[in-house]
Amino acid sequence: MTRIDAKFAALKAEGKTAFVSYVMAGDPDYETSLEIVRALPGAGVDIIELGLPFTDPMADGPTIQLAGQRALEGGMTLNRTLDLARTFRQEDDTTPIVLMGYYNPIYSHGVEAFLTAAKEAGIDGLIVVDLPPEEDDELCLPAQAAGLNFIRLATPTTDDTRLPAVLQNTSGFVYYVSITGITGAAEAEATDVAPDVARIKAATDLPVVVGFGINTPEKAAAVGAVADGVVVGSAIVSKIGAGNTVADVSAFVKSLSDGAHSA
Amino acid sequence: MPEDLINSFMTGPDENGRFGDFGGRFVSETLMPLILELEQQYERAKTDDSFWAEMHDLWTHYVGRPSPLYHAERLTEHLGGAKVYMKRDELNHTGAHKINNVLGQIILARRMGKSRIIAETGAGQHGVATATVCAKFGLKCVVYMGAHDVERQAPNVFRMKLLGAEVIPVTSGRGTLKDAMNDALRDWVTNVRDTFYCIGTVAGPHPYPAMVRDFQAIIGKEAKEQMQAAEGRLPDTIIAAIGGGSNAMGLFYPFLDDSEVSIIGVEAGGKGVNEKMEHCASLTGGRPGVLHGNRTYLLQDDDGQILEGFSISAGLDYPGIGPEHSWLHDIGRAQYVSITDVEALEAFQLCCEKEGIIPALEPSHALAHVMKIAPDLPKDHIICMNMCGRGDKDIFTVARHLNFDMTGPEGRNVS
Repeated sequence: MTRIDAKFAALKAEGKTAFVSYVMAGDPDYETSLEIVRALPGAGVDIIELGLPFTDPMADGPTIQLAGQRALEGGMTLNRTLDLARTFRQEDDTTPIVLMGYYNPIYSHGVEAFLTAAKEAGIDGLIVVDLPPEEDDELCLPAQAAGLNFIRLATPTTDDTRLPAVLQNTSGFVYYVSITGITGAAEAEATDVAPDVARIKAATDLPVVVGFGINTPEKAAAVGAVADGVVVGSAIVSKIGAGNTVADVSAFVKSLSDGAHSA
Repeated sequence: MPEDLINSFMTGPDENGRFGDFGGRFVSETLMPLILELEQQYERAKTDDSFWAEMHDLWTHYVGRPSPLYHAERLTEHLGGAKVYMKRDELNHTGAHKINNVLGQIILARRMGKSRIIAETGAGQHGVATATVCAKFGLKCVVYMGAHDVERQAPNVFRMKLLGAEVIPVTSGRGTLKDAMNDALRDWVTNVRDTFYCIGTVAGPHPYPAMVRDFQAIIGKEAKEQMQAAEGRLPDTIIAAIGGGSNAMGLFYPFLDDSEVSIIGVEAGGKGVNEKMEHCASLTGGRPGVLHGNRTYLLQDDDGQILEGFSISAGLDYPGIGPEHSWLHDIGRAQYVSITDVEALEAFQLCCEKEGIIPALEPSHALAHVMKIAPDLPKDHIICMNMCGRGDKDIFTVARHLNFDMTGPEGRNVS
């Protein structure tokens, strides 16, 4: 059982919706980013998605791409990202961390070496956007063998014939991408999302968490009411990008988590 | 695998879109169903005579194929060695090989009922070809082009607009060709129902590398027949320039199993292939990685972050290369070399002076390698290089490098 599995079991017992927040590791710089991450659990975050910076984030909108650029310009790397997680873990041994990014930095590092380091740093799961089930041999299967969850994205284009393949090697939770599009672009509508979440839940026992296009406490509450959890990324990242203090970012995150938890 | 155990070099990719370890389908889940559908539709079209009949009709009457195979007599004499032929794909409609592939993809898009075409472009040649074919068929066309390229390739931007395309300057990342490809992929993820992504080179997720190669292979097929007619045999060496590698793959593919033909790909060496990475030579100066849907050789740093390429030629300015080239490189079937900006400029001028052909900067790289090796080869050694584009688009860049001021009414040499 990973920290992710434990967290969902606990939330389920309380009847609570999970609130997942995404921040880019090293944005705007290493120290501030570490402070922000440390403040997240206190702001009501149940699961931390930690962005691994990459030069070419093809599934992300400008907000997250710019965050990645800021991080890279500040000298962020895969190793530094793992350092950040490791430092956080020294004080918090329960909040799950999901590393989210693209395959090339991991591939470049070497899959086995990466998995060992990630596990040791206290990473619990991986979301790697450009690894569909067709490429499971690359990282998904080795990650599961190493005891890390591999969280798969399901999307509006994932039809019923394809869904079993998407769910097959997924663990931890299923991340439903609420829109066809990139992060931070269109707005998700709970009424559109509900039938898709139901469709996925009918096919798996895993929790279904919805992300992309959720940017306000109200939206978090509305989408949270029809799913096991909600993810907010770009809305938080844009606060960080605008130079808000850690306290202001935390306050915003708290309003979102309150929204999600009210669901 | 020892070479004698391979029956053919022409059977790739496998069912997973791999050429050896290269290629694949590294895309987000949203796009996965789309590329699987594209693969199905392409497999169907590939064996459909009516599809190829339509292609050949348009190649003949719209593009002007077959392109000539031309014996460059004065260049041969000047170099004093091997006999040099040029496959004249710069004579195609729109001035480059790009349209060979665009026609195939647009016919396919029409069969799939797609009404909106998107494309990425670097120098603008693929964008112009896409805008052209979209105009011909009355399809909506959106071209993503790095903001930096929009500036340095203004004539092609205007051409695309005349042809009715919407040109979107890409400012994300560093505003280059790779960023244009990122933004095209973002558009496709957003507009999944009505949009067809027309990729301009032999890269991207499977089936693009194979499909684009198959459409460009007309170059090599024609060259083979024309060489038989002219010389009664195959060439000894074939040479083409490589950015993503589509003109090269088009020339090389039909010759892969002719073991007596040596194959040379020429990458853009920019200011020189050294640790400063001011070049676009993915094979000679990069290492394998995953970008834009495929595993291939990439210019990248120690952390796996993608680096910008650097070349005088906007068409070669891409940090990756088609996965089939990576495979041919690793198994040794083709040899890959690099040519610097300075060498390409020399070849550009020599071709103008000796043959009355203004070449694009891309094939000037191939020609520069011909200039390097031809003098030391015997006179009965036949080289066929791919003159894949004409240089009209490049005269401003070349003028700048030769210190020629074109702003005055007469023009003047300021050097």
